[in-house]
Amino acid sequence: MLRIPCPFCGERDHTEFSYGGDAGVDYPQIDSTDEKAWYEAVFLRENPRGPHKELWQHNYGCRMWIVVERDTMTHEIFSAEPAHPGVKAQLEKEAAK
Amino acid sequence: MSRQINRLGQGGAIDRSRTLSFSFDGARYEGHPGDTLASALLANDVRIVGRSFKYHRPRGVMSAGVEEGGALITTGSGARRTPNVRATTLELFDGLDTYGQNAWPSVRFDLNALNGLLARFFSAGFYYKTFMGPGRGTWAWMQYEKIIRRAAGMGEASREPDPDSYEIAHAHCDVLVVGSGPAGLEAARVAAEAGLHVILAEQDFAVAPSLLSETEGIGDEAPADWRAARLKALQAAGNVQIMPRTTVFGLYDGGVAGLAERVTDHLADPSPHLPRERFWILRTRRTIVATGALERSVAFGNNDRPGIMLANAARIYANRFGVAAGRRAIVATNNDSGYHSALDMAAAGVDVARILDVRERASDDFAARARAAGIEIMTNCVPVEAAARGTIGKLQIGRRSGATIRADEWLDCDLVAVSGGWTPVVNLLSHRGARPVYDESLATFLPGECAEPIRVAGSAAGVWRSEDCAQSGRAAGAAAARDLGKSALDEQAPAPGGWDRPIHPLWEVRVKGRKLRSFVDPQHDVKTDDIRLAHQEGYVSVEHLKRYTTLGMASDQGKVGNVIGLALMAKATGKTIAETGTTMFRPPYTPVSLGALAGRGCDEHFRATRYTPMHDWNMEHGAVMIDAGLWKRPWYFPAPGEDLTAAYERETAKVRETVGLCDVTSLGKIAVQGPDAAEFLNRVYVNGFGKLPVGRARYGIMLRDDGIVMDDGTTWRLSDSDFFMTTTTANAAKVMGFLEELLETRWPDLRVRVTTVSEQWAGLAVAGPKARQVLEAAVEDIDMSSEAFPFMGVREGHIGGAPCRVARISFSGEMAWEAYVPSDYGAAMCDAVWQAAEPLGGILYGTEALGALRIEKGHVAGPELDGRTTLEDLHLDRMASTKKPFIGNVLRKRPGLMTDDRPQLVGIVPKDRTRRLYAGALLHAPDRLSGHGEGWVTSVTYSPELGHWIGLGLIRGGVEAWSGKTAIHADPVRSGNTEVEITATHFIDPDGSRMHA
Ligand SMILES: [Zn+2]
Repeated sequence: MLRIPCPFCGERDHTEFSYGGDAGVDYPQIDSTDEKAWYEAVFLRENPRGPHKELWQHNYGCRMWIVVERDTMTHEIFSAEPAHPGVKAQLEKEAAK
Repeated sequence: MSRQINRLGQGGAIDRSRTLSFSFDGARYEGHPGDTLASALLANDVRIVGRSFKYHRPRGVMSAGVEEGGALITTGSGARRTPNVRATTLELFDGLDTYGQNAWPSVRFDLNALNGLLARFFSAGFYYKTFMGPGRGTWAWMQYEKIIRRAAGMGEASREPDPDSYEIAHAHCDVLVVGSGPAGLEAARVAAEAGLHVILAEQDFAVAPSLLSETEGIGDEAPADWRAARLKALQAAGNVQIMPRTTVFGLYDGGVAGLAERVTDHLADPSPHLPRERFWILRTRRTIVATGALERSVAFGNNDRPGIMLANAARIYANRFGVAAGRRAIVATNNDSGYHSALDMAAAGVDVARILDVRERASDDFAARARAAGIEIMTNCVPVEAAARGTIGKLQIGRRSGATIRADEWLDCDLVAVSGGWTPVVNLLSHRGARPVYDESLATFLPGECAEPIRVAGSAAGVWRSEDCAQSGRAAGAAAARDLGKSALDEQAPAPGGWDRPIHPLWEVRVKGRKLRSFVDPQHDVKTDDIRLAHQEGYVSVEHLKRYTTLGMASDQGKVGNVIGLALMAKATGKTIAETGTTMFRPPYTPVSLGALAGRGCDEHFRATRYTPMHDWNMEHGAVMIDAGLWKRPWYFPAPGEDLTAAYERETAKVRETVGLCDVTSLGKIAVQGPDAAEFLNRVYVNGFGKLPVGRARYGIMLRDDGIVMDDGTTWRLSDSDFFMTTTTANAAKVMGFLEELLETRWPDLRVRVTTVSEQWAGLAVAGPKARQVLEAAVEDIDMSSEAFPFMGVREGHIGGAPCRVARISFSGEMAWEAYVPSDYGAAMCDAVWQAAEPLGGILYGTEALGALRIEKGHVAGPELDGRTTLEDLHLDRMASTKKPFIGNVLRKRPGLMTDDRPQLVGIVPKDRTRRLYAGALLHAPDRLSGHGEGWVTSVTYSPELGHWIGLGLIRGGVEAWSGKTAIHADPVRSGNTEVEITATHFIDPDGSRMHA
């Protein structure tokens, strides 16, 4: 069992979360008609061994989407922060106070 | 009733003032509280307790713990029959009934022992060779299976449902200490004194069990006094939770440990309110593995016979249980520890005839003490072969000269206590990926490096002396405390080892010219010859060796035999043990019952059950329920004498004729709110929502990023910035998660909030030609007229006094509304509407009629939205906007998704109108009945309106390719082949005049 440090709820069992895949995917703008860009964003994934930034949603907690950096070999978790950039900035601002 | 003839006159951690009665294979015996079944059987001189797996050789007690490979028995009867229980860990209680297994008619006279004569058929790789050869596998298996299955089985599990209850429990602590020997006790004490919350888990029913058989003092204290003082302090500490009968069976990611606690197995009459076992999921910040070490055996001839056991086990039976495991003992050892067993047995009154020490010289101290006890020491001597009729009667000894053994005289004995050295229990570290490292000088595997905050202490770290183990525990406890920011003493962990004279590695005794049956894995009957055979046949990897010979694959998972097998493989390949490697141990350390892992998640508790607010109302009105995902939904409402078919056909017809009410609460409901809500919906749905007026609803379809249809539903505009979205029942959670993901990761600039309100609103569909009449009576303050409330209109008002929101939408094709009230008013809404509908000949309908109505109308639902279909496949592509971008719009146009020959949605009608259709049937061209066909049937129903069966399905090329042609509905299992026509999907009212009325 992984233990994921939700930035809002604290450390919780991973069974409270659902996995959302690679957090590094750059989706095209919604009005982009670039087929190749959409194809790459939707279908192509690296399969790294080692640190990997990935999305998780805290379904049975705050329901927030978070970016978790996890080692795919050891399952060690290095960080977890809000996926929403505005929320992330706000948390950082409050932490700096 | 037999007397306990092997019970010593005194000593042992047993309560001699009380007597417990138990049975083994129908005979009654007596023991005492504190006994295990094994110690009680030995006390009663029951020496043959089982038969081996393949050869049915007699088996006796071989150890005094979890590593037992011989004394496996069955307990209980009926639904509580439990096979393969280790007698060595089973706590005796009054009324315990046990049975020998793997033998017929009994363990003493087993006719299957003839298998021993067929040994060559059961040698290594027998299964592979016989069943995996080219072309003969299945045939051979069919021939042999029955015989082998009967002969080569262990105990048999009950086939009845488990009558006991189990629990899953959760816990947190700062430090988990696994094992309560000297190291574990000291680690727990030091960590607790630093102010940490400690859990101390012990698999035995006695805490600190090793100290109950220890006679060497710790410091100046006798072991018993030391143990009592430490336990008293821990119990008084307040921040230490001591958990006996609790096995830490696995360590997992993130400091999570799995513990199995046996709660009632040792009780004769447990409270019905207690679970039989608890599965603890423990999160700990630091773990200290103080799991001790297991003694190894030595392979020699007939070393599996009853009366041959591990040296320390014989010591435990004498010291902890007050039982003489034999009357005339020979101790065979390659290290100092065997002398403890010899000395303690002698002190307890057992005649210890010899100590065979393979080393050239014993330690001076032990030699002097043995001489003082009158025990003759034979150095450079080893056991060669046991002579046994059932149990052992004689042992032939061998004299060593260098690496050569010469067989010599036979000695009478009824007990051979063997020590081949010790192996630290590193299983838990292995669970975390840390491989053990072989130490040549100690002839043992030591724990490897572990990157996680797990420390190993005591003999699990290769520290042999109790006093050193205690120090090792203190060091580990202090280090854990410092890790967690507490101050603690700075004690150094002692180095591994601690014997006076070094061990002489001895794995197997071989004598030139002698064919010996020497066992490595007594439970699976793996012999040393099998290891060599595997090597001759080309196996060099330890993992392959294990699978080929089944070494270490029995219920003890190679706790005693694995290292010997590894050493023999190393010798055969000419490599060192370190080069040969080791197999990884995986959880669980000892078997865990499936019941404990399931906990209370059985039967109806296997998953959550969701009830709609109208559940009781539906039940009171005669509903038969069906599971729809987690939901309980009304399936049908039978009139007296009606079955499902009669009920749904009546309900379907009545909706089209008068009016019907249906609980639709299970639909997903999401509040989409904020200034950019309309823009957000515009991006999510394929059709436009930006210009949807307030007070109107629209049917919408959303795609996945890859262009496949994800879900459909209606979304209602309540105000400029407030929308009420409905989803299908099945996809409610998925859609909600996707919307949240889009807003947080892809479009964080959109000012929109989504909130699931599925639980907040109770929904009722009112459908049929008389629906308006019903709602005019039931709704208090909304004008229901056609002009004031057009198709797809949304209004808010009151029903039965409760605030409601109502939309004129139709799933059935009839004039229909969906009304929602806050959940608490669900039953009130039903009462109000039903009061108006019943006098008009209205009915209540369930999901079966709901499905029939939508199939008649040609609406898609779950079976059609199966994650493979596109808008084009479902003829919904005209809904896709060309004026705005939306999720999936680019990839839905991939060439492979746009071909004309893709399976497309069609209607299906049997040519012979009396035939029925089946969902899941394949659709074939009449001239090609083999293969996967041209399509498949997704949904079927009998249509009361049309008077015959109809269906929806997908078929290659759609209705254009099939109009005027016959297809074959192929359903070989249920109905055979049926000729069908492929039609349009709108079976009734294709122009929609009814719902727009
Ligand atoms: Zn959270």
